[in-house]
Amino acid sequence: MSDKGPKDEAQSSQQGIVLTPEQMRGRRARNIAIGLGVTFLAVLFYAVTIVRLGGAVANRSI
Amino acid sequence: MSDASYFDESTTPKLPVAAPLDFIALLKPRVMSLVVFTALAGFLLAPTLPHPLLVFAALLAIAVGAGASGALNMWYDADIDAVMRRTRLRPIPAGRIDTDAALAFGVILSVLSVFTLGFVSNWLAAALLAFTIFFYVVIYTMWLKRLTPLNIVIGGAAGALPPIVGYAAATGDVSIASLMLFTIIFIWTPPHFWSLAILKLDEYGSVGLPMLPNVSGLRRTRLEILIYCVVLAPTGVGPWLLGFASWLYGVAAIGLGLGLLYLAAQLFFAQEDAAIQKAARQMFAFSIFYLFTLFLMLTIERVLSLMGLF
Repeated sequence: MSDKGPKDEAQSSQQGIVLTPEQMRGRRARNIAIGLGVTFLAVLFYAVTIVRLGGAVANRSI
Repeated sequence: MSDASYFDESTTPKLPVAAPLDFIALLKPRVMSLVVFTALAGFLLAPTLPHPLLVFAALLAIAVGAGASGALNMWYDADIDAVMRRTRLRPIPAGRIDTDAALAFGVILSVLSVFTLGFVSNWLAAALLAFTIFFYVVIYTMWLKRLTPLNIVIGGAAGALPPIVGYAAATGDVSIASLMLFTIIFIWTPPHFWSLAILKLDEYGSVGLPMLPNVSGLRRTRLEILIYCVVLAPTGVGPWLLGFASWLYGVAAIGLGLGLLYLAAQLFFAQEDAAIQKAARQMFAFSIFYLFTLFLMLTIERVLSLMGLF
């Protein structure tokens, strides 16, 4: 028999799955890592594109 | 029902607690570093190098491809990793990453690495990287590893391919020189892993992996190690004989090859169990030093040559 009253149970079911602090920390760290990874890839692909375009872009005189 | 958990344990989805470092561990960073090192040696064999940024991006793609192979290997081998002392703290058996996440991670990184290499270098290099991942994951991990004591002999090709991928990334071609480096690693792999298998005999036996010492016994394994080292010692001198390494490399390769032969003979003639264990440990450690030194010399020579200093 649950110790929770009907009001508590209704509130919990609306909240869905409640993450533990450890799961919250893990998710936040993973999100930050994915963000940094995607940013790095975007910068890398941009730079590679510029280099591959060759002299007309990378070696132009300024 | 307890207050601590609203959901029943059996119906609650298993939520991940993995930190980014757990996913990095899934990539087998030490193997990745060895792959980058050997791929760089292959890269440097090229007569001319592409822009440094393209070299960096290509090496990164190769490293990620190798890491993806490692992740897929850990995904498939999670059952035996959980049993062996050497591997039971890996992220999947330790419960920090579930198998589905590891599979998705490995597949996504595999695709990403192959297409990145194709974009920054060329599609021959990308195809070779894709083949390397396929060979390691499907041919070695899924098929040969649990089937035959020749697993490491044939599967070793996957670990030997990075110099060919590196050279192809730099030139769009495959050369005798890059094939030479492939051959050195290919012949080096069995004696290296069989030395480890002698040391971990009980662990491999406990999960039923058909490593050569478990299937054919220590005597036969030590003979095979000796035979492979007899072939490897002259093969290691190949880069000098083929003219893409200096006499300095040649002298070092001869000296290291003799050291390898001495240790292989010591292992073969060891009588007592303790002596066999000690000789296997020395053989394992020296085999790492052997390959690392040869590739380091090749790398340094080529860098100095490109700088016009050698």
